[in-house]
Amino acid sequence: MPIFNMDFETMPREALKAIQLSRLKTTLEKVYATVPFYRDSFKKAGITPQDINSLDDMRRIPFTTKQDLRDNYPYGMFAVPMENVVRIHASSGTTGSPTVVGYTKRDIKTWSELMARCLAAGGATSRDILHNAYGYGLFTGGLGVHYGAERLGASVIPVSGGNTKRQIIIMKDFKPTILTGTPSYILHLAEVAEEMGVSFKDLSFKAGIFGAEPWSEAMREEIESKLGLKAIDIYGLSEIMGPGVSIECIQAQNGLHIFEDHFIPEIIDPITEEVLPYGETGELVFTSITKEAFPIIRYRTRDITSLNAEPCICGRTHVRMKKVSGRTDDMLIIRGVNVFPSQIEDVLMKSENILPHYQLVVDRSGNLDSLTVKVEVSDQIFSDQIKNLQNMEAKISKDIKEYLGVSAKVMLVEPKAIERSQGKAIRVIDNRNI
Amino acid sequence: MRAEQISIFLENKAGRLAEVTAILRDADVNIRALSLADTTDFGILRLIVNDNHRAEEILKKEGFTVGKTNVIAVEVDDNPGGLNQVLDPLTSEGINVEYMYAFANPNRKNAIMIFRFDNIDKAIKILAKNNIAVIKGEDVYNL
Repeated sequence: MPIFNMDFETMPREALKAIQLSRLKTTLEKVYATVPFYRDSFKKAGITPQDINSLDDMRRIPFTTKQDLRDNYPYGMFAVPMENVVRIHASSGTTGSPTVVGYTKRDIKTWSELMARCLAAGGATSRDILHNAYGYGLFTGGLGVHYGAERLGASVIPVSGGNTKRQIIIMKDFKPTILTGTPSYILHLAEVAEEMGVSFKDLSFKAGIFGAEPWSEAMREEIESKLGLKAIDIYGLSEIMGPGVSIECIQAQNGLHIFEDHFIPEIIDPITEEVLPYGETGELVFTSITKEAFPIIRYRTRDITSLNAEPCICGRTHVRMKKVSGRTDDMLIIRGVNVFPSQIEDVLMKSENILPHYQLVVDRSGNLDSLTVKVEVSDQIFSDQIKNLQNMEAKISKDIKEYLGVSAKVMLVEPKAIERSQGKAIRVIDNRNI
Repeated sequence: MRAEQISIFLENKAGRLAEVTAILRDADVNIRALSLADTTDFGILRLIVNDNHRAEEILKKEGFTVGKTNVIAVEVDDNPGGLNQVLDPLTSEGINVEYMYAFANPNRKNAIMIFRFDNIDKAIKILAKNNIAVIKGEDVYNL
């Protein structure tokens, strides 16, 4: 698999760090001069851009949060005049007012290159036909992937999300070889294909590049076996750029290379805000160092992961982030133990070898928290004997205790007993009112 | 010599059983025999009906989890020791009964027992050796 930008993607780490520092300093000077929010927050922290003279000095710079972006809605964080902005995207704003981001011509060029690097890392070449099922519009997924595919020279089918039956026909007739989309939509595609009597194994896909939402290793296994392709994880968020911030390489499928010539990642303890060394798990924080319209400094992503700077078999020198295991917002603290829905998903997969619908319900009686894991009984795990079902409950409960260190009551429920919201199961119900 | 039984997963809540039987009624499916095994949270309803295929199809369509299991239907004499005549040879050969339930035979003055064994093939052989009448599946469905 050719590396799209050999010079930058395989650069020795020392040289990479030198580039990072010089680009960081330029970015800091620019935001200090042009974005009132950053000028104020630097002043409050008693620093100016001149005080930052090494990458270690970064930890003196204050963090930027989602709330800060909301407070500056819509254009308050832009660092260039509107006449230089050529594109605007916005997050969905499902949990508050949306965040708006902008791009200059050069930003779009950078983004296209990084997305092209991602597609190449996932095995795509200029000879591939790419079926892009990410939504086109304010969401960065569709257009981000689209521009990257064009930059790579692949042929893009801009099919967007929805209209699933038509997508299946297009897949059959146009013979795309690379599939892109969110993993949950891809699984939906697979279900619809099955209903239509179309087997993914008869289609021409060799790899799929999926992201924009956290998905577990169990889900990867399910997608790979159902669709008969290599499933590659891609990471990005509109606040940093959109898709293309980091990507797994198809050779290792073990951690996502972050394009460190454009972004500086850090891992912090979400509670103490202290920077953690490589290898430790915490909240991912990003600083952009080449963006013009919407530079972002020490942005708290709320995604939980760890960083690994060890050399990768693919030849890339950029640090790898572990597949995101959850978000600080999804994290449940049950009797002092951190629990993510994705961990329960892994346990169910290991325990029963299939992925049933499940839901975590947390209650508090007195001062004691209790966790109930509801599991829908599908035909695959059903038995006509009570003892088999009770053994299964006991085994899942034991596995949860063993892997997560928290006691949980497992409760078998009927199919569709767990509420769905727009096709997605609601994974967590917290009745504690903390 | 086997009969087919369908089993349905039910949450332990009021009215759930009546919903299943109403679905079967509306599909014109007749229940020959049934047993309900329950725990505090859930139950398993096991049924012998006149039309397994129809029952399974309609219940799945209504979103229930439905399983199929092979069981054996045996006629048991209606006098003291009738059940032991069936069980003793099985016990002496180490066959374990997973569960069983009974219903009255409408044609004769005896009972029909439905057995679920851990080793159904061996159980059938032992019953045959001991001249114990096993009722064919179709005959059970059409009683």
